[in-house]
Amino acid sequence: MIKLENVSKKFDNTVVLKNVNVEFEPEKTYAIIGSSGAGKSTLLRCINLLEKPTTGKVVIDGVDLTNDKTLLNPIREKIGMVFQNFNLFAHMSAKKNVMFALLKVKKMSKVDAEEEAVKQLTNVGLAHRLDNYPHQLSGGEKQRVAIARALAMHPKAILFDEPTSALDPEMTQEVLKVIKSLNHTGMTNIIVTHEIKFAQEVADIIIFMNNAEILEVTNTKDFFTNPKTERAKEFLSNMI
Amino acid sequence: MKVNFGAIVEYIPYLLGGILVTLEIAIAAALLGSLLALVFSLLSRKKGILQFVIKAFIDFFRGTPLLFQLAFFHFGLPQITGIVPTPYVSALIVFSLNSSAYLSEILRAGIDSIDKGQIEAAHALGVKSWDISFSIIIPQALRNVLPAIMNEFITLVKETSVVSMISLTDIMRRQQIVSAATYRFFEPLLVIGAIYLVMNIVLSNIGKVLERKLKYD
Repeated sequence: MIKLENVSKKFDNTVVLKNVNVEFEPEKTYAIIGSSGAGKSTLLRCINLLEKPTTGKVVIDGVDLTNDKTLLNPIREKIGMVFQNFNLFAHMSAKKNVMFALLKVKKMSKVDAEEEAVKQLTNVGLAHRLDNYPHQLSGGEKQRVAIARALAMHPKAILFDEPTSALDPEMTQEVLKVIKSLNHTGMTNIIVTHEIKFAQEVADIIIFMNNAEILEVTNTKDFFTNPKTERAKEFLSNMI
Repeated sequence: MKVNFGAIVEYIPYLLGGILVTLEIAIAAALLGSLLALVFSLLSRKKGILQFVIKAFIDFFRGTPLLFQLAFFHFGLPQITGIVPTPYVSALIVFSLNSSAYLSEILRAGIDSIDKGQIEAAHALGVKSWDISFSIIIPQALRNVLPAIMNEFITLVKETSVVSMISLTDIMRRQQIVSAATYRFFEPLLVIGAIYLVMNIVLSNIGKVLERKLKYD
């Protein structure tokens, strides 16, 4: 269970998150949507403390991550993250990218790590790309390596930060297909996305943000048929 | 006076012997300087008093002539400390510190050139800062700045010639000795010029090989 309690974030004098309260239940898929600058990515990045909230608490399975005494690495290990710009290690092959944290964090043997990496890369359809470096891969392939890298850690939750924003429509589809295949496989999926249709298709719950605040946390069907707030209605009408 | 290499032929082995002295100082200073530079460049990423001290250190060694630094350390400081180091020790310390100042600035630029996203990705995977530094940042930073580092090593080899001032018998010093014995300058100078040139051509080729080895794109 991931819980954000009264989380606020300021960059200098700009308020990016205003008193956000939200809970993410295990094994469900959440889509965070809203217009640009609403604070969606910052909210996501507060979950694994890539951004430290200015005030408020982030509690994961009873552990308060905002407490300075909490060791972040054991918790981060269990929360995968996929970025808009892939963020693959440029000097490592696809296989080495996936193996890296298995070796350094999970302390797996080289043989086991390699086996896991090959398995995960095969699952995302990249069995033929094991030894290619990031610059030799297409955007869609890079993102699938990044997903394999996150999945290899067998996380309890996985955070997607606009995973398809840097991709063309065709590559977007190949990445969305992979993300969709993760639905209800035992992980909490939290996806920040501009692909509204995809959110509708894949999410159990929609989190709608506007102006640094969460306006709605509604199950997907209700959100799209009967949004509670005027702003959400307006947002949706602009989408169609 | 005519050019006559015959007059200095018997001194050529002696001049060549200077290569060992020059290389000894250059290699030791390169190794020690690189190690220090690595420590400085990593430490100076954290803000605080340490960052200030390292910056002052770098400013001193980049802002004063090497010849001054050597004289200050070898002749100046002993007057206060009472400890008179051997010329070799003085040379080693000054050259190490001097090249560490330049190398740490080169490394810092290399580290800054690594895109922050990769570092975030590694943090998100739960990787320790130590492993991020040594497995993600430094390998890529080194590769990006390798030409600048080789440049610094070549400069180091050439600058070791100032140790002749504190009577270390490196290549340059040996030329002075030979010139004094034979009253000839052109020939021994030509010989040692060629020695420096060959050493640095070899060094820059090693750099090119390394660059190819570290290439991943």
